[in-house]
Amino acid sequence: MTQISILSPTAILGYGFPEASFREGLSRRPSAIAVDAGSTDPGPYYLGAGQSFTNRDAVKRDLVPMIKAGLDLSIPVLIGTAGGSGAAAHLCWCLDIVQDVLLDLNRSARVASIVADQSAEEIMRALADGRISPLGPVKPLTEKDINDSNCIVAQMGAEPVISALNQGADIIVAGRCYDPAVFAAVPIRAGYPEALALHMGKILECAAIAAEPGSGADCMLGTLDHEGFVLEALNPDRRCTVTSVAAHTLYEKADPRYLPGPGGVLDLTSCRFEQIDQRRVRITGTELLPSERYTVKLEGAKPTGFRTITIAGIRAPDLISQLDQVLEEVREQVFQNFESIDEADVSVIFRCYGRDAVMGKLEPLRHLTPHEIGLVIEVVAATQALADTICSFARSTLLHLGYPGRLSTAGNLAFPYSPSDISHGVVYEFSLYHLMTVDDPVSLFPVTVDLMGVSE
Amino acid sequence: MLPDLATVIRSKNAGPFELTFDILFSDPYDYQRVVRSGQLSAERFASLYGIALDDVLSVIEFEPALAIKITIKRTRSSGALGESDVYGAQQHAPLLQLDIP
Repeated sequence: MTQISILSPTAILGYGFPEASFREGLSRRPSAIAVDAGSTDPGPYYLGAGQSFTNRDAVKRDLVPMIKAGLDLSIPVLIGTAGGSGAAAHLCWCLDIVQDVLLDLNRSARVASIVADQSAEEIMRALADGRISPLGPVKPLTEKDINDSNCIVAQMGAEPVISALNQGADIIVAGRCYDPAVFAAVPIRAGYPEALALHMGKILECAAIAAEPGSGADCMLGTLDHEGFVLEALNPDRRCTVTSVAAHTLYEKADPRYLPGPGGVLDLTSCRFEQIDQRRVRITGTELLPSERYTVKLEGAKPTGFRTITIAGIRAPDLISQLDQVLEEVREQVFQNFESIDEADVSVIFRCYGRDAVMGKLEPLRHLTPHEIGLVIEVVAATQALADTICSFARSTLLHLGYPGRLSTAGNLAFPYSPSDISHGVVYEFSLYHLMTVDDPVSLFPVTVDLMGVSE
Repeated sequence: MLPDLATVIRSKNAGPFELTFDILFSDPYDYQRVVRSGQLSAERFASLYGIALDDVLSVIEFEPALAIKITIKRTRSSGALGESDVYGAQQHAPLLQLDIP
């Protein structure tokens, strides 16, 4: 039976993988090595600030064996959502590492980069045309959201990646990507069913997380034919089971039966998960319900201020028992001393670890009195200087504030650090999480192919 | 209690605006028992977490994985001002106290 294998070395580029698993994967003669490099999980900062949440040296460590193997075996190496968030700054960061790796290997390669950034003008036009709708419990998009955003990306499907393959790329560094796209592109281009290729990509993008025991830092192989696909963990200490694979289909998504993506929805309701031996699972029956119009997901981030924090412990029972009143008094004193500052422009947040700092309003055990509180004073303001000032003032006020029945009159806070205050920089917020209908799934994502590495 | 029957009880972001809870079982009888108990209905979940019923977006029983999945609206988008759990990975504790008759 005709089949095609895709090797997924690790759940996120930079999370690492054992050499033995990777070698085992290469021995199966895969047709591509593909890896997902991104996630929105680490929060809006990374998209907004153009920073990667992974470490440069760790990403390079992973890319050295991947690129060497890809070039030696003449199979493409595909990287999705480069740099963690897949905007232009992240793409440049990743391309720079690829260049570094090629120079270290003394090789050259045709490297495709695929840009996912969308201009504010383009998004404004789409908004005016009624082509943008909220994704899930998100407010409808406004012109202000677009203007406030310093970065907007769209999630590409497999089409732009296939276009890069058609242009002869050895290595593909893609901006923001639908996670399965880089895994599915080679099989789809070779004529395998899109539904199965995308479903296989959906599982491969997390590599061995879908195995048992799961790991985000180990390799997985997917082998696709025209009726289904087989998943295999490449480390002999792990195995794929029906339970581990089915459980993975739940991970980080709201509905395991219908998985929406660019161009259509994967329908898993008729899927069969079959244990074909001790270590491998075969999946059949996935269908793709094409959308009426092709849609891409938009993600954007906007800056909302500057943050300064202080961390301190509280051990005094008399203070802990009236903490809310004391913290409220601190807040009042701060704003009384800085009357010119509008309370609406500065946020002062007291996080009481040991009580309700993890769950906030969702905490059912808030009424219990802890013996110790880990306090974080957080201030977010329009400038770093103002955040520093207010945080410093709140800290000194609380340190020496008197309260009824106070026994410990030398100070209310135990600081672990000197200096106590930490200027934390710009705060970002997700400003776009919407769907945009488009006519052409390729033209939004310009592909450039360059010869990189050592000059020939 | 739910932890006596389930093998996984976890929470995680499903995108930056939703929080999803997975309760996984290894024994089909335990799975069926919890499903039949009705203790993980949208109403029951809303009262357990003290949130509005409208904020419970879906409750899905997914038999192939012996899993019950509940998705709620996040209090705020991940990482927005006032955030307490960027990944949403530590919001499962109330489920540990859930009594299953």
